[in-house]
Amino acid sequence: MVVAGVIASAIGIVLALAIEWFPTVAATQTKKISTLYDVLLIASVPIFVLVVTVVVAAVIRFRMRPGQEDQDGPPIHGNTRLEVIWTVLPALLILGLCTYSYIVLEDIEKAPAAAQELRIGVHGEQFAWTFTYPEEVTGGEELTTTELVLPVDRSVRFSITTADVIHDFWVPDFAMKLDAVPGLTTHYRVTPTRLGTYPVVCAELCGLGHSVMRSRVRVVEQAEFERWLAEQSTPAVEEGAGPDEQVAAGKQIFASEGCGGCHTLADAGSGGQIGPNLDDVLKGVDEAKIREDIVDPDAQIAAGYGAGIMPSTYGQTLSDSELDALVAYLKEATK
Amino acid sequence: MSFRAPGFPRAGLGILVGVGLAYAIVCSVRALYGWDPVVDGDAVLQVALIAAPLGFLIGLGAFDYWFRWAIGAPTLPEDHSGHGARSWKDYFRVNTDHKVIGVQYMVTSFVFLGIGGMFAMLVRAELAQPGMQFVDPNAFNGLFSVHASVLIFLFIIPVFAGIANYVLPLMIGAPDMAFPRLNALSFWLLPVAGVMMLLSFLAPGGAFATGWTAYAPLSTEAPIGQVFFTIGVQFAGASSIATALNFLVTIVTMRAPGMSFFRMPLLVWANFATSLLVVIATPFVAASQFFVLLDRALGFNFFNAAKGGDVLMYQHVFWFYSHPAVYIMMLPGFGIISEIIAVKARKPIFGYRMMAFSLLAIVVLGFTVWAHHMFVSGMQEWIRVPMMITTAVIAVPTGIKIFSWLATLWRGVLHLDTPMLFALGFLTMFTLGGISGVTLAMVPFDIHVSDTYYIVAHIHYVLFGGSLFTIFAGVYYWFPKITGRMYDERLGRWHFWTTFVAFNCTFAPMHLIGIEGMPRRVADYAETFAGWNLFISIASFVVGLSTLIFVYNMVTSWRAGVRAPANPWRAMTLEWQVSSPPPIFNFDTIPTVVGGPYEYGVPGAVHGVFKDAEVKTTATPAGAAPAGD
Repeated sequence: MVVAGVIASAIGIVLALAIEWFPTVAATQTKKISTLYDVLLIASVPIFVLVVTVVVAAVIRFRMRPGQEDQDGPPIHGNTRLEVIWTVLPALLILGLCTYSYIVLEDIEKAPAAAQELRIGVHGEQFAWTFTYPEEVTGGEELTTTELVLPVDRSVRFSITTADVIHDFWVPDFAMKLDAVPGLTTHYRVTPTRLGTYPVVCAELCGLGHSVMRSRVRVVEQAEFERWLAEQSTPAVEEGAGPDEQVAAGKQIFASEGCGGCHTLADAGSGGQIGPNLDDVLKGVDEAKIREDIVDPDAQIAAGYGAGIMPSTYGQTLSDSELDALVAYLKEATK
Repeated sequence: MSFRAPGFPRAGLGILVGVGLAYAIVCSVRALYGWDPVVDGDAVLQVALIAAPLGFLIGLGAFDYWFRWAIGAPTLPEDHSGHGARSWKDYFRVNTDHKVIGVQYMVTSFVFLGIGGMFAMLVRAELAQPGMQFVDPNAFNGLFSVHASVLIFLFIIPVFAGIANYVLPLMIGAPDMAFPRLNALSFWLLPVAGVMMLLSFLAPGGAFATGWTAYAPLSTEAPIGQVFFTIGVQFAGASSIATALNFLVTIVTMRAPGMSFFRMPLLVWANFATSLLVVIATPFVAASQFFVLLDRALGFNFFNAAKGGDVLMYQHVFWFYSHPAVYIMMLPGFGIISEIIAVKARKPIFGYRMMAFSLLAIVVLGFTVWAHHMFVSGMQEWIRVPMMITTAVIAVPTGIKIFSWLATLWRGVLHLDTPMLFALGFLTMFTLGGISGVTLAMVPFDIHVSDTYYIVAHIHYVLFGGSLFTIFAGVYYWFPKITGRMYDERLGRWHFWTTFVAFNCTFAPMHLIGIEGMPRRVADYAETFAGWNLFISIASFVVGLSTLIFVYNMVTSWRAGVRAPANPWRAMTLEWQVSSPPPIFNFDTIPTVVGGPYEYGVPGAVHGVFKDAEVKTTATPAGAAPAGD
């Protein structure tokens, strides 16, 4: 039985470690937490295998056989030495794991040695994320976006706030998360280590649109990060662009802002059900009204839908020219 | 049909009076304040949700005896007409017999298991594919919220109270519980709470959709359906507290002569420990929901940050109950497993005293860990490491129990029938749930997997693989005692194996998709998780179908099973020393306990003996009028 248990444990550990548990290791924090998880697996598998092995062995060796119907087992009431062992050993194992976890915790939350840390605001609102780059980062005016862009290999400290209920800012590939709490500003830091685009997810139930409160984070080289920052201060739609260019730009904005997460719009191929179906409600509506619906969504609400569900921040996060383009697109797409 | 006698007609009248009272109170207060409109539907509804159930309970007769006593009217002489069941109709009345109440509890809570399970099927149907197919996001959030609330507050907690209600007085040689009328009231509070939670689907804006955790300020701003949870929990909680007090007094004062604490069966110990938890912790969940109710109904600002409210306070108060609640949902199961493993392995429980002490250790430690639910809540950071250590340390007393059960199996003569299969299934599955619990205690890992499917996997390994397996084990084990008939062993095994396999297929992959990044409580998810979700949904339907085997077995065996002897398992504990089902007053002579409850294999050992009438008992027979104290 002991041999079987050891072999099963070894196989179990190998299998458990062979599974790709974590998403991509895109930050130093992910690396350390996934290593901690590997250690937990190595400690856990033998305990589970031990219990299963004893149960299976007992079933095989001690199950009642014909003729034993009236027999009892030996009256063993306990064994002090065994009981001490199975109290002390697990306690030691647990204290060891706690100590290691404590070290990892200190590690992943440590401020970088050189104070070259990026500070970015994260703001949750039912059901969208906005990100604020302060003046010290942009070098010019404060910048608010709906897409998070981070330079690689540089520690970033998020300051997380919310406009309404509790949200939770989570990038699974960074393995860190924290609630956005009404009345508080909460903080955590990550150091992205891998270029790429990763999902941003709301992890705390925040209402109707919780499951579509997603965004994305793009990790780029420092140079590209600076170029992106500079681009943001120039309008996305050229002044005096023709109607066709406006509509095309508006279609892109509709996609990048995640409008389709909540709204159905045939032209954009989206099927969201949180908010009104735009194909129906915008048909024949004039530009001014569409614009009001975007910047002040509670001014007039489609029948059957509640107030305070659509974010009221698009007036701030979209520039005038972007709004014009989006309105032009919606007008065109629902004609 | 009489509206004067206690019963359902008068209960219906009570509901109407309650609703009328709600209108009267709300309209007169609003008129006095000069508020417009005078008739406010939401306000009336909130008062009616409190008044109508009380009207129902008064009409049903739950308070009759106390009211007569309180106003100084002569109390009715006890004729035992409300004690014991002589026909099926007696199960639909206020009945003071603990055995009738135990059956009422168990049948009611299994009905809620069916309903809560159906909600789980609907949730899995929606999640079988990404995108929305069957329900809209609001209905989805309502489904999983009601699923969790019903299964926690109306299945697991009360079904354990029901099993203990039936067998605990028998096990300690008592004729009934200490407070039979309170016991009856405790039961009837439950259907009230359950029906209220289900009725929330009819509320404007849909059922409560904020999870069973009902975090503020989402819950204080949600549509009116939320109140059905807020107030429903009060009734379920009141039921729990009253039952726990009843168990404590019963265990302390009504044990048979000779039954010292260390001669009590471990099921009695387990319910003693659970009742301590319930009495201390449950008022906190009541408080948390009263805060929400006051915020909503009367414009308090407990959780309105803009007016100085503290959002995190909700979570602290809520989890100060709801973590111990996890042990409330597990310790009675530990008791059931101890009974079954000793009897079915034909050996004494290994390390009986440590088994009892470890229960008490879990009770004490259970109150020191609540903030591990809040590692990513934004609370003060220093508390995380101390709570990580206390949380992980609970694995030590739990480990003592697991290893002691394993040692009890060793060298026994194992009867591998249905109760034992579920007990062994529990041992392995609960170990897995316990291990994932230890990993969740580790703060850095918890930061990553909080609010993901890893949590869903963990809680279902603990509550399904843990609690529900012990409930199935216990129901099969005591089925002959309760019904006087044997269940179908072959169907029982089918039930175990289909449930065991499908359960693992459903919940094991959730560990993986959780770590990979799928958040919980989402109506829609990223394409990458589509494969596993389809697999999980299909497996979950098999779990649902496997439960039908159980229902069929229970119903047909109860109606037409083979007659059960008094003691089919050759068990030593006292409930098996009386007929199946037991006489209305349990024991014709009160037993005297002369030894431990699990002395299997000790030649000539007995737990209790029935001496003839010379044994004096201080316990009052059930139903006898208390002497005015």
